[in-house]
Amino acid sequence: MRRWLFALLMLVNSVTYASDLLMVRSSQPFAETMLALQNAMSSMGYTVSRVQHVDQGLTAFGYETDLYRVVFFGKPDEMRTLSRTHPELIPYLPLKVAIFAEEIETLVVASDPIIFGNLYPDDDLQKTFARWSRDLRFIFEQVRRTE
Amino acid sequence: MHGIGRQIMMLGLGLLWLSAVVAEEKGALLYGQHCAVCHGDHGEGGVGIPLTLPSFQSSVDDRYLRETIKLGRPGRVMPAFDMLDELQIQAIVDYLRSWHESPRPKFSYVPINGDKAHGKTLYATHCAACHGENGEGGKGTGVTLSRKRDLPIIPPALNNSGFLASSSDAMIRATLEKGRAGTPMVSFREQGLSDSDLDDLVTYIRSFEAGIEPVQRLEEMDSALVYESPYSLEETIANVERAAQGMNFRLIRKQPLEEGFFPETEVNQRQVIVYFCNFEFLYEALKLDPRVGLFLPCRVTVVEDEAGVKVYAVNPKRLSVLFNNNALDEACDKMTKMYQDILEEATL
Repeated sequence: MRRWLFALLMLVNSVTYASDLLMVRSSQPFAETMLALQNAMSSMGYTVSRVQHVDQGLTAFGYETDLYRVVFFGKPDEMRTLSRTHPELIPYLPLKVAIFAEEIETLVVASDPIIFGNLYPDDDLQKTFARWSRDLRFIFEQVRRTE
Repeated sequence: MHGIGRQIMMLGLGLLWLSAVVAEEKGALLYGQHCAVCHGDHGEGGVGIPLTLPSFQSSVDDRYLRETIKLGRPGRVMPAFDMLDELQIQAIVDYLRSWHESPRPKFSYVPINGDKAHGKTLYATHCAACHGENGEGGKGTGVTLSRKRDLPIIPPALNNSGFLASSSDAMIRATLEKGRAGTPMVSFREQGLSDSDLDDLVTYIRSFEAGIEPVQRLEEMDSALVYESPYSLEETIANVERAAQGMNFRLIRKQPLEEGFFPETEVNQRQVIVYFCNFEFLYEALKLDPRVGLFLPCRVTVVEDEAGVKVYAVNPKRLSVLFNNNALDEACDKMTKMYQDILEEATL
């Protein structure tokens, strides 16, 4: 009964976040979470263009983890079109997500694309930013639910 | 009639049980959505403080928890969850309280009027080493990446508007008096402070309210740094690389913006990203906030189109507001200055 109620509440509640950063914690280790993240991106029609290591030598500097990556992603045609029609967006393309281990769990962080609306107030971009925001929230929810 | 009455009573009890279960599950769900990422799935702490700590639970009242959720800690990572309504916030508080069976503390909201000047002297002697000379708190974001798990908490910023608005004088006094077991916060009663000393300290801490500065507005600032280059694409790229290396950055890679999205032969070769990194700076920034990876690695994009050659970079100072972390602001200012220097040198 309690599980049923919980599942029902999960359905009626949309994921919301405070601040302009989207963050999610996965109970899964880093490798599994990275896989879940990339699968969720693919399922939403995004292409992962590159995974950047940010952690070379972190542990040598006294850090507790050496697992830190930045995942670059986007929709190819959209990236191409936007970089031509709105070159001012170029520094923010492709989109990216930071993923890092925290002990046996994993944290995933991205800036909420909706904030681009403040940075670039052009009306014709607002729908794109809103869709990116929705998609990213969905992707993060998939990561959070990964078991 | 007797049977109907009993059925109504049973139905009422059933609904009560159901609403209690729903409320608890709702609190758990909201906690999972909004809090667990920093405070841990079970409140064990992480980027945020450990909420399960018995000495924490026993030294704060529900109002403190509610106001903290609502107001956050401006500039100290914890965001304001002002999109949650009162019922949702209370559901989270009830869920936090369900971890402990002990009664919820209640504190008076009558202001304490002690000797501020004496409180200042006591503060400098007993508090400043951990909480900062002006109540600015310890550095860092929590127990993650650069910090060991046996350090349970970062000394909070006592001069923070969110903290001061959430805390009653009596609550601050109780914490001073009893300390918080399991954290470096000791009992100042056991350190020999008297009742009036504690009152004086509370009065001094409360006086931080007068010095709170308004949050800096960054909306008018450019979101990107854009410079026109008089040179060709290839020359500009070489200039960017040289300028970055001249400022002690190590070049990581150079790639077309579209690499990874299209087959190599179809990629636009006139949009080129130059990635570079200063690892010492990177490590320092990660210590301040592990989320700073969103800025990484440093990059400048050189683009040639019909209008000529331009170089682009993000403006970290404009983006620093995302992190709600004062400690990061200085690093973001520094990054903006470094980008400006590189772009200027590359296009001079």
